[in-house]
Amino acid sequence: MTWQEIYELLDVGVRETAWMVGVSALLTAVGGLLVGVLLVLTGAGGLLPLRPLNAVLGLIVNVGRSLPFIILLVAVIPFTRVVVGTTIGTDAAIVPLTIGAIPFFARIVESALREVPPDVVAAATAMGATRTRIVGKVLLREALPALVAGLTITVIALVGYSAMAGVVGGGGLGDLAIRYGYQRFETEVMIATVVALVILVQLVQMLGDLLVRRLSHR
Amino acid sequence: MIEIGGLRKAYRSRRGSVQAVDGVDLTVGEGEVFGVLGRSGAGKSTLLRCVNMLERPDAGTVTVGGVELTGLRGKRLRTARHGIGMIHQHFALLSSRTVAGNVAFALEVTGAPRAERKARVAELLELVGLSERADAYPAQLSGGQKQRVGIARALAARPRVLLSDEATSALDPETTESILRLLLDLNRRLGLTVLLITHEMTVVKRICTSAAVMRDGRFTESGAITDLLRRPESELARDLFPLEPVTAAAGDTIVDITVSGDEADEPIIAELARRFALDVRILGGSVETLAATRAGRWRLALPGAPDDNREALDYLRKRGVAA
Repeated sequence: MTWQEIYELLDVGVRETAWMVGVSALLTAVGGLLVGVLLVLTGAGGLLPLRPLNAVLGLIVNVGRSLPFIILLVAVIPFTRVVVGTTIGTDAAIVPLTIGAIPFFARIVESALREVPPDVVAAATAMGATRTRIVGKVLLREALPALVAGLTITVIALVGYSAMAGVVGGGGLGDLAIRYGYQRFETEVMIATVVALVILVQLVQMLGDLLVRRLSHR
Repeated sequence: MIEIGGLRKAYRSRRGSVQAVDGVDLTVGEGEVFGVLGRSGAGKSTLLRCVNMLERPDAGTVTVGGVELTGLRGKRLRTARHGIGMIHQHFALLSSRTVAGNVAFALEVTGAPRAERKARVAELLELVGLSERADAYPAQLSGGQKQRVGIARALAARPRVLLSDEATSALDPETTESILRLLLDLNRRLGLTVLLITHEMTVVKRICTSAAVMRDGRFTESGAITDLLRRPESELARDLFPLEPVTAAAGDTIVDITVSGDEADEPIIAELARRFALDVRILGGSVETLAATRAGRWRLALPGAPDDNREALDYLRKRGVAA
């Protein structure tokens, strides 16, 4: 296999991976923030204590977290078919990726928000701030550096998950590594894939670190 | 300005319940600086947090500026809270906002328009002497500067009442002094009513006009500093003016006298010695400048048994100095 061929394969693989990870990261950010904020608000000592809702949310998140991704991938196939209309390809892979990552990121969001000193929340309450303002302008804003750092971790986890999605025909770098490196013993492709993944993860981490540094004033 | 009646608050945990505030009555007049002194765990913090409903009391009433707060919820409670500033031991500033941003936050909460906010922020920073640090982040400030931001923020909505939760406990003595001076200044210039809790005697000594001692959720004593000083059994007076226990020489009369206000500057002891031709000995004592007044407390030894000194003791009593 020529370098040109390897390059073309990689180019497609990286694009597919970036698409899967990008879209599912976006969906995860929104979903995880929502669930994480709800977990904190409804929890004991939260701004809107609602025991039953908190317990149910916690349970769902834990179930999501306890399934190995490869099993989740297969388990949600019927759901994926309903949502995307197919179970193969990068679009189909976005569904399990998102479902797998939301509970993961939700827990990160929860712990990041709990790191905001209760004092600061009390101060805002004492000033007469509404709950919405406290969530938006105090909790989320104060936790922003931690949230960005957490999202970075999540995106990197998604890169890993997306490689697994390749096994069931999800496309991307994982697919490439399986089809060429594993099934056809094309060692060059395998190495190229590994290098591409390392660079991808490195870039994500650097971007995340840069953002955190910009945002943090502690 | 602040009236608290029969306040009770318990915390329930798995190991049982703790009565943090166990029936407290308290009145703070307009322009007064009232200090609640107590050790950690005495319930001071809970008491203070009940004043602006950060904690809901189990029983009792809390009235601030004529508004009964225990019944308020939602918007009406938030509006009432605009009139009650609060400062915190660990400052509780937003780390993601600059000094100006932190002060502006309090104004955003009250719904002040942007143009007005800017001018008011500048005014408040001027008031606390931090105009130059407007664009600094809290992490770049010293503890004293952080508390100044906290004070500016607390005053943003022009409250009539300021609650202080151990505001100087995380500061060194010098910084404490400068923050106390600022609070006293604000109290005098703005007519601000202050309710503060502290475990530091210095705070009471420096700025309080009235004080209470809190233990196990109750006030063991409470009143104007000048009145408390006259009570021989007052713990506060004892702590303010510690007198060494003395082993009285047989045949001597030991008297403790406490004077405050203008009396503190009068030559009472000299007069006592002159008028009754007594060899008065001072066993211990001191004169302090308090926020409300100057006050002194001495332990004297008069030669002779109490019966022999009846006239001198009567004189002291007539002068209104507690003996």
